[in-house]
Amino acid sequence: MTQQPRHASSPAADAATTPATTPATTPATTPATTPATSTATSTATATRVAPLHHLLGIDDLDAAQVVHILDTAEQLLPIATRERNTVPTLRGKVVCNLFLEDSTRTRISFDLAAKRLSAEVLNFSAKGSSVSKGESFKDTALTLDAMGVDCVVVRSGSSGAPRQLARYLDVPIMNAGDGWHQHPTQALLDVFTMRRHLGDLAGRRVVIVGDLLHSRVARSEVQALNLVGAQVSVVAPPTLLPPEVERWGVEVVPSLDDALPDADVVYLLRVQRERMHRAFFPSTREYQRLWGMDGRRLRQLKDHAIVMHPGPMNRGVEITGEVADSDQSVITEQVTNGIAVRMACLYLLLAAPAVDEEAGR
Amino acid sequence: MLRRLAHELIEANQGAEGLVLVGIQTRGLPLAQRLARLIGEIEGTEVPCGALDVTLYRDDLGRRAPKSLHATDVPVDVTGRTVVLVDDVLYTGRTIRAALDALNELGRPDRIRLVVLVDRGHRELPIRADHVGKNLPTAYDDRIRVLVEETDGQDAVVSEEVPA
Repeated sequence: MTQQPRHASSPAADAATTPATTPATTPATTPATTPATSTATSTATATRVAPLHHLLGIDDLDAAQVVHILDTAEQLLPIATRERNTVPTLRGKVVCNLFLEDSTRTRISFDLAAKRLSAEVLNFSAKGSSVSKGESFKDTALTLDAMGVDCVVVRSGSSGAPRQLARYLDVPIMNAGDGWHQHPTQALLDVFTMRRHLGDLAGRRVVIVGDLLHSRVARSEVQALNLVGAQVSVVAPPTLLPPEVERWGVEVVPSLDDALPDADVVYLLRVQRERMHRAFFPSTREYQRLWGMDGRRLRQLKDHAIVMHPGPMNRGVEITGEVADSDQSVITEQVTNGIAVRMACLYLLLAAPAVDEEAGR
Repeated sequence: MLRRLAHELIEANQGAEGLVLVGIQTRGLPLAQRLARLIGEIEGTEVPCGALDVTLYRDDLGRRAPKSLHATDVPVDVTGRTVVLVDDVLYTGRTIRAALDALNELGRPDRIRLVVLVDRGHRELPIRADHVGKNLPTAYDDRIRVLVEETDGQDAVVSEEVPA
């Protein structure tokens, strides 16, 4: 592509130091980007990131996309927490929260994220809706499409439901948790929280404790942490470790006490009683003794290490009150950060043009 | 040119009292910082300077790829002050419209002034600058880029014709 320089003038802050510029040449400090891209490409973050079409799972993302989401959330966080916390960005857009499995916390977080961006929110839950009258998933999807929603946030007990929905609809789909499969926004908000406390996560040690077998959080979490270069260890009752968990790119540590001194993050998974239809461990007390985080274990951690939990907590099982309320616990921060991260995902999915028709200024 | 703009601002405001410079991300920010420094030197005082990202207030979302967000950080309460918005190029006026909305969220300034380095014409909204570094006649489709030392390694204004 040839760009013909027509005119160049120095803005002359001080004319003496202004180098004699050759118009339309890339400045020396910028990496040799293709001269064909005529948008200003000098800031580091402006390197091309593949646009998001859906957010179905962390496994669809590359490292640059994860960093882009986190950087966007970083700028949205002060907006989400300031006094006038609403921006007009998504005015007129309709976001549908399709919750086929109960989850008050996640739904409220998505709800707030959409509202902070001025989108309208439709809440569609399984109870009391056409789904309970036997409407098929596909028909529900087509109904939403016919009503003209701009984005569907879907929570489902069935793994793969969001991807199925993405095949039926042309609008962006966000996975708010599907079965045992993925919970990408949880993983992103966790990595975001870790990054805010620890800076660059490359080489940092994250210890994930608990029910990895049933946990979509753990699956997404490990993938996201691998993308940003963190080292992941897992500690769990052997009955709650998925088969071939080593293939996830994690190290299995037999005892929690061995894992703690090296940890930068201890991530406690919830004991999901509703998913445990048989005995995976002898008793709650046994779990607490072997895999629970208590005050004694808290004191084995490095000073800068943080304790995280996706919520809702079972106090006295995977975490004691002393740990949950300690200075090293960032559990309530995770909740706040969740809104900013979901705002970032909504922004990146919904502010994008259907067809890329980027023009100059 | 910035020195002249700094003097103009001081003259219009009769001093540096109550001024806060706010640079529009991204190229407006270093320009605002330099202007604040110049005004501070001339008047022998500190002039507060902040950054404003207007992306979330734009009216062309969904028409082009979403831009990366940058920090909005204005260190002082703008209420009761004279806010000087600083941007590199004034073109359609849509960025400034978005900036006025964004500023509104931060408080209620007594007055808002607009300073741009280059006014290239082609306004689509009834917006004008109070102080202009240079008027630069352009064709609608031209691309005008202001390069600044801080982010681009050099100071320059570059005009490019878009190949047909």
